[in-house]
Amino acid sequence: MTQAAALHVEDDMLALSGDLVAKNVGAIWQNSVAAAKRLGAAPLVIDIAACGIIDTAGATLLLTMERSHGGPMSLRGADEQFSALLTQLRAVASAPLTRAQERLAVAEAAAAAKPPGIYENLKIRIGFFGETILALTVLATKLRFLRGADFARIADNAGFKALPLVVMLGFLIGMILAFQSAIPMQQFGADLYVADLVALSLFRELGPLLVAVILAGRTGSAFAAELGTMRVNEEIDALTTMGIDPETMLVLPRVAAAVLVMPALVVTMDVAGLVGMGIVLMVFGFPPSAIIAQITYSCGPSDFLLGLFKGMVFAAAVAMIGCRAGLTAGNGPRAVGEAATSAVVGGIVATVLLDGLFAVLFYRLGL
Amino acid sequence: MGAIINVDRVSQEFGGRVIFQDVSFSIDEGEVFVILGGSGCGKSTLLKQMIGLRPPTSGQISVCGFDVVTQTEAVRRQIGVMFQSGALFGSMNLLDNVALALAVFTDLPPSARNEIAQMKLAMVGLADAAFRLPAEISGGMAKRAAIARALALDPPVLFLDEPSAGLDPITSAGLDRLILELRDTLGATFVVVTHELQSILAISDRCVMLDRAAQGMIALGQPRDLQAHSDVKMVQAFFNRESL
Repeated sequence: MTQAAALHVEDDMLALSGDLVAKNVGAIWQNSVAAAKRLGAAPLVIDIAACGIIDTAGATLLLTMERSHGGPMSLRGADEQFSALLTQLRAVASAPLTRAQERLAVAEAAAAAKPPGIYENLKIRIGFFGETILALTVLATKLRFLRGADFARIADNAGFKALPLVVMLGFLIGMILAFQSAIPMQQFGADLYVADLVALSLFRELGPLLVAVILAGRTGSAFAAELGTMRVNEEIDALTTMGIDPETMLVLPRVAAAVLVMPALVVTMDVAGLVGMGIVLMVFGFPPSAIIAQITYSCGPSDFLLGLFKGMVFAAAVAMIGCRAGLTAGNGPRAVGEAATSAVVGGIVATVLLDGLFAVLFYRLGL
Repeated sequence: MGAIINVDRVSQEFGGRVIFQDVSFSIDEGEVFVILGGSGCGKSTLLKQMIGLRPPTSGQISVCGFDVVTQTEAVRRQIGVMFQSGALFGSMNLLDNVALALAVFTDLPPSARNEIAQMKLAMVGLADAAFRLPAEISGGMAKRAAIARALALDPPVLFLDEPSAGLDPITSAGLDRLILELRDTLGATFVVVTHELQSILAISDRCVMLDRAAQGMIALGQPRDLQAHSDVKMVQAFFNRESL
């Protein structure tokens, strides 16, 4: 147990007593500093003869009192060991930063940690996509860099393990869309056309779009976190110094896996959505044969295939953005989190932008 | 000066495999004591036992009179630890890293906490880097900052795990000097785990050497004595940089 610290203000000096250690000095800190300042032009004399243990927190208090007073302090009752500690601390202690200096130091630190600006960021992204395409063009000469087991693991994570989520979301979206459309359309006796609406929406738009969003959230962020951790642990630098370009060994298998599993996920999403829609329409009194006939009448193979094609393009974009976020991550543990966030946001934004482009393109082409 | 740490017949097994057994020594107050040995001999495991992170399979360890297994909390109030990687909190600048323990364990006002944290950073030569994040400093600076954080509450015992690992010889020598300065200034006891011969000779008052093949300690004493007089082959090989 330590003795509580106390401050005694006497006529011509200040006296401290008790143990001046980190746990105790908080109670007298502000009063002591203020008392030293109040002395003004009078000399600062501090009696510490009644003090027990004095650690660096106590020594810091005495030095702060001296600085607050503005003149040299004279200590009474200090033993040799404490005098030596004080001398040592006085030698290493620099003047405290003023508020303006502190702000400047914080600003400098923030500037040093500042992420690249818009122009640099654009340059990094374009450079990355260029390097990936370049790696693709020379892939035939670097097939030895590819590892089948890695590819299978990535495809399993991105595809098979995403299936339950895709089935659940597809089923629910199909049901909700059908239910929300059926009620107003029933007023016009057009509720059977809900099958056309939902099937077309799923095949052409919602199927690939929703799967791409799931891919960005699950797989894009996982790519970014995995590669970001490798960047932080200097594994990417190790690969580079070994002469293995990360784009070939790490990016291409991930992009290929995402593109390959995407059609299966889109088909799963479509089927689950149609089942959900079918259940709602059956509740509304339509037999399954009528629903199937309506779907086959309104949707052609081109609608289905366009959805698959869009999905594969979305998957390539999401995977490349995830890998880019990971490979260009900064240093430190925060960088991995930032890379994962950037991958999800970038993946979703890119998917929506590409979807808009496809809408215009398919309209122009009459598809 | 009396013993501040007692290690009494301590053993460690993992899944039936003995890492070391019957390790006993005591460390005096104000001593710089080094735990040394080759890779895999259990140096870091022994350190983890001493700081209460891993209970020994058998035996007892006391720090400042407290048992590390049954009085872990009391032990932790007496020690500061510098981990091998520094383990600084990446989201906080160096000042906040050092001030964290002061904020948690004392009722100091924020200005006083910052003054004390700034003083600790000044003591390890990092007064100008207080507002930098761990990601923005070098490995040597990170180790110094980690020492400043370990010193935050002026603990009587400091444990340093591989302070020289991954540092260049000049930075490593600077760190050795810092450890001796802090020992002289604060009178604290230092327990250092290392296998850097230069550091061992420069800083340690006494050392214990563990050996994987012997499954325990093979030497205890002053490093210069062990270098000159030990008749244990492994000890001779270690101190005189010979191959076995």
